[in-house]
Amino acid sequence: MIPAIIVFAYLAVVLYIGIFAFRKGSTGSGSGEDFFVASRKLGPMVFLLSIFGTNMTAVAILGSSGFAYQRGIGVYALMASSSGIVIPLTLWLIGTRLWSLGKKHGHITQVQFLRDRWESGGIGTFIAIVTALMLVPYIIIGVMGGGSTLETISGGLVPYAVGGAIVAITVVAYVFFGGMRGTAWVNTFQTVLFLAFGVTAFTLIAKSVGGFPATMQAISEGPQSFLLTRERMPAEEFFSYMFIPLSAVMFPHIAIMCMTAEKVTHFKRTVVLYPICILLIWLPSVYLGVVASKVIPGLSPSEANDVIIRLLSQNTSPILAGVLGAGIMACVMASDSQILALSTVFTEDLFAYYGGRKKFGPKAEVWAGRTFIVLIGLVSYVIALALKEKANIFELAIRFAFSGFAALAPVMLAALFWKRSTKWGALAATLWVVGCVFANWHLTNISDAIAPKPPKRPAASAMRGGPAAGGGPAVQRGPQAVHQVRRTRNQAALRRLRAMAQRLLHLCWKPLRVVLQAAPQKECVLQVLVPAAPEVQVRVVLVDQAERRSHRHKCASSHSWVICSYADQST
Amino acid sequence: MKIGLALLVAAVLVLHHDIWNWKDASLVFGFLPVGLAYHVGYSLLASGTMAILVKYAWPKNLDDDDEVAA
Repeated sequence: MIPAIIVFAYLAVVLYIGIFAFRKGSTGSGSGEDFFVASRKLGPMVFLLSIFGTNMTAVAILGSSGFAYQRGIGVYALMASSSGIVIPLTLWLIGTRLWSLGKKHGHITQVQFLRDRWESGGIGTFIAIVTALMLVPYIIIGVMGGGSTLETISGGLVPYAVGGAIVAITVVAYVFFGGMRGTAWVNTFQTVLFLAFGVTAFTLIAKSVGGFPATMQAISEGPQSFLLTRERMPAEEFFSYMFIPLSAVMFPHIAIMCMTAEKVTHFKRTVVLYPICILLIWLPSVYLGVVASKVIPGLSPSEANDVIIRLLSQNTSPILAGVLGAGIMACVMASDSQILALSTVFTEDLFAYYGGRKKFGPKAEVWAGRTFIVLIGLVSYVIALALKEKANIFELAIRFAFSGFAALAPVMLAALFWKRSTKWGALAATLWVVGCVFANWHLTNISDAIAPKPPKRPAASAMRGGPAAGGGPAVQRGPQAVHQVRRTRNQAALRRLRAMAQRLLHLCWKPLRVVLQAAPQKECVLQVLVPAAPEVQVRVVLVDQAERRSHRHKCASSHSWVICSYADQST
Repeated sequence: MKIGLALLVAAVLVLHHDIWNWKDASLVFGFLPVGLAYHVGYSLLASGTMAILVKYAWPKNLDDDDEVAA
């Protein structure tokens, strides 16, 4: 619970920063420009750290490590090094021009620029709706990452639904009060925190796993050696990922963030340091994801989302795990600027454009923005609950948000650099993107059903303790094992043990049933029956208060009954 | 100058596709897979490239806009 308390303290700090920004903002003009782009007054360091922090989301730590756990080191080249050159290039080429035009003509969003460019309100409205719909999955992954991080870091005491709600409420609260100023300050604080996270986590885990050279050597000699190469990564897929960072141009939160710089020269430092910042956060995440494939084998893709938190919990003390968990949370909570951006799109591009500002005045514009912030937070939370265990963070982001926005980049390039471009061309390009995103979604859905799957174990017989149909290892199960449980003298200890095992394994396998295979000695083995999945054995070590301190470096929980490790027996 | 800088950017983008490291699992310094080490170097190269672009290809007209706005 200590790590969770530290993460809660961190959440309180970011909430305070947001409210402090609200107080500072309330002494200002109170206009839409102040709320949505901080009166275009951000200084060079805040601009660099907040634009970088805005772009680093749950994908950067959780998604990258989870994806590296499955696909290996190639994930860094796939996303990080390509982003390290393409995003600064787009900021240099496009961001600076958007800033200049925004300052000259009072644009707050890129849709306002596109409307002026082609002198068409309709094309702007269409693009605003499309970008809003494609941004929603990106916000959802923030809530999913927050829920999953809190659940894992608290050892299951804070369930996914509650964790997601806490993160969503915190983000909505400081965006609601602080607007862009609050979001930028929180992003700056968060960026410093998660950059420190990368270096610290790397050093601590290296010590704990007995040095990286030995771990890497073991991986290279085992069946997972493909993780150290890109041999299972098609060259075409690798090439196609080079286009993904183009999404930065069209992401509303990045475009709006470009408008917040006080001077265009603030972009200079940003574009030079951006690749280094990406390196500092992605290298440890990807590397630790690969290391985790050796230390914590056998996780499914959705479980792999929080592999880095599992690695930290098992290899650091509870206090350090909490501090590092706060670092992860800092990255996950970058959904703040996306919520603000979506609210800005609704307010500026729809509400104000269609007469809301004229009719209700500039104060109502800010309050409309705040109302949208609450609604977006609520909708994202509900969808994140429905998607639990159904989607991998990395894939969700790539499939809908990154791909869609990257495909829209030519529209922005044409608007800025192609004099003969027309609104009809822009409409055709946007319709094509919508069609492709839908086709992608449909093809993924049908391919899920026809893709080959591992043999399933009949759920009913497994739950009753019947014979295994899948030919797995012979294990004692069902009534026989339960009988052993009844013979055990220490019933209270047994109850605690089973509750603890259930709580921990709830994070990994659901539904499941835990039965005790041996009496709770100092060290015993639990047999876990998972319908339609291989058996998992859990090694449980009973430690008292004094021993806990000496075991903490390798134990997953601070409870009396501590589960040290588990392994998929079928692999 | 412009052509030289465009060629530099194109070369850097092409260098991202290090097909020669595709199946190489050897370790640099005993702990860093060579494919990963290459792309760490690539990130540094990207930063250097951007520094060159900022120095020699910065859109000066935007600086003027900046001064007018100030």
